[in-house]
Amino acid sequence: MNDTTTTLAATGGFSRTLRILGLQTRAELLKTARLPAYALPTLAFPWLFYLFFGIVFGDRPSVGSVTAPAYLLATYGVFGVIGASLFGFGVGLAVERAQGWLLVQRATPMPPMAALFGRLVTALVFSGLVVAGLFAIAAALGGVHLGPLAWLSLAGILLAGSLPFCAFGLALGLLCGPNSAPAVVNLIYLPMSFLSGLWLPVEMLPSYLRAVAPFLPPYHLARLALARIGVPSPVTAGVSFAALAGFTALSLVVALWAWRRDEGRTWG
Amino acid sequence: MIPNPSPTPPPAARLSGVRKTYGDVVALDGLDLEVRPGEVLGLLGPNGAGKTTTIGLLLGLLRPDRGRAELFGRDSSSRGARARVGAMLQVGRLPDTLRVRELVDLFSSYYPRPLPRAEVLAVAGLEEVRNRLFGRLSGGQQRRVLFALAICGDPSLIFLDEPTAGLDVEARRALWRRIGCLAERGSSVVLTTHHLEEADALSDRIVVLHRGATLAEGTPDEIKARVHRKRIRCRTSLDRDTLRRLPGVLGVEPLVGRFEILTARPEPLLRELLSRDPDLTDLEVVGAGLEEAFLSITREPEADTVGEEAA
Repeated sequence: MNDTTTTLAATGGFSRTLRILGLQTRAELLKTARLPAYALPTLAFPWLFYLFFGIVFGDRPSVGSVTAPAYLLATYGVFGVIGASLFGFGVGLAVERAQGWLLVQRATPMPPMAALFGRLVTALVFSGLVVAGLFAIAAALGGVHLGPLAWLSLAGILLAGSLPFCAFGLALGLLCGPNSAPAVVNLIYLPMSFLSGLWLPVEMLPSYLRAVAPFLPPYHLARLALARIGVPSPVTAGVSFAALAGFTALSLVVALWAWRRDEGRTWG
Repeated sequence: MIPNPSPTPPPAARLSGVRKTYGDVVALDGLDLEVRPGEVLGLLGPNGAGKTTTIGLLLGLLRPDRGRAELFGRDSSSRGARARVGAMLQVGRLPDTLRVRELVDLFSSYYPRPLPRAEVLAVAGLEEVRNRLFGRLSGGQQRRVLFALAICGDPSLIFLDEPTAGLDVEARRALWRRIGCLAERGSSVVLTTHHLEEADALSDRIVVLHRGATLAEGTPDEIKARVHRKRIRCRTSLDRDTLRRLPGVLGVEPLVGRFEILTARPEPLLRELLSRDPDLTDLEVVGAGLEEAFLSITREPEADTVGEEAA
């Protein structure tokens, strides 16, 4: 097909590609796990928030048959996986891009997808840890009882739901400078989470804010997650999936544009 | 490796008629450059001459606005071509939280036939710190890690962009020895520097870049001969016009009560000076150091002050 394929084929392509992906993922995981500035807040904030607002102050009226701790488990789960994705992809990428780590890798025969893959797996692993911790808190302290299938499908939708936000983080990480990235990410992440009803159920927001929510991607992920535990959604699942898919596509287009633009810049 | 049927091996890397601009700034202006197999090519020039841009284009990290960049006869942007290339970039900073050996293993995996890790660590002088996190290394050790990553794939062509920038004299000499070892193994090396001394010590051939174009090209001896100039300073009764007409004089500048005479051949000129003015005093011959000499060909004549070049 092209020279890349032939080079790979000539040197034992498939197993070597697997080895690259494995080592790349291992390096990303180790790098991130050893960085308390990312690892701690990413994990601890959703856990603490859920502990305070979901459990300690959680004796609010139920939404239908769903208790407040169960309802908020879904929304804080969404909050957590978005954080892991945006900070891992957005802030981490912006910092490393400025330091030249990406450039050092681009100067090698590394398949560009390997770097993306390693980062994606790392974000998913952290999302998984966030979700596991929330589940443990919910079951142990929040009296949340779900069937095994409901636990699994909730975890599944949360992990899958981190993908659109990884794409969004990728775009932000390629657009922002290393100093502005944390501020930009927080300025988008925190208000968007509140307005999407991740901290307080969207039903409790004033009506003018409630009107904004359906235009925000986290709202749709929250509706899909809530549907897993039996909260009826005002929008159909199809609409929510379409909204998230569109958001992902748009993020990837912006990321691609920013990547191309970056090419002439880093060397100025 | 596929044997090449043509009698002369193709160049390891080539730029033909390459122009590259950043906005209004012209970084390279129709540059032609060839890296021959097995040679150490020194790209010499002041900051902003286009050295780093040249490396970026050859590596396919930048696309030329015009012209063509090739690695081993293929377009530089093809990733396959980079399988035989290693690069130590100037801007590179690696993640602080990865260990030296983890970085070497990761980068080795990118290449089809990497060197054994122990050999890479030995050549780069990193055995003792192989388990240390990158962020805990000294500046010199961090440069050596970048060097290790450049050589771990056993490349036929290695780019070193300002490899010794920011190193002290001892560390610089040590890195020179390591670069010398690469050349002995038969790899082509392209290194950029703004020290003539460094280019002289390492290169088979030097290309002097200035404002994105080739200013001079040749062996280190040829380049040195071109830039080798002396400054004769003295107090003399001869006037400026007389001095200017003496054989071998390239320029005369008044210098607080004295004259400064620029020449490429100081000995016959001194003889002539002393015979014409036996009372000549305060004589001083300033061996334009290599740095200074090199600057004299890259500097504009009107801005002829030297000496602030950073070490």
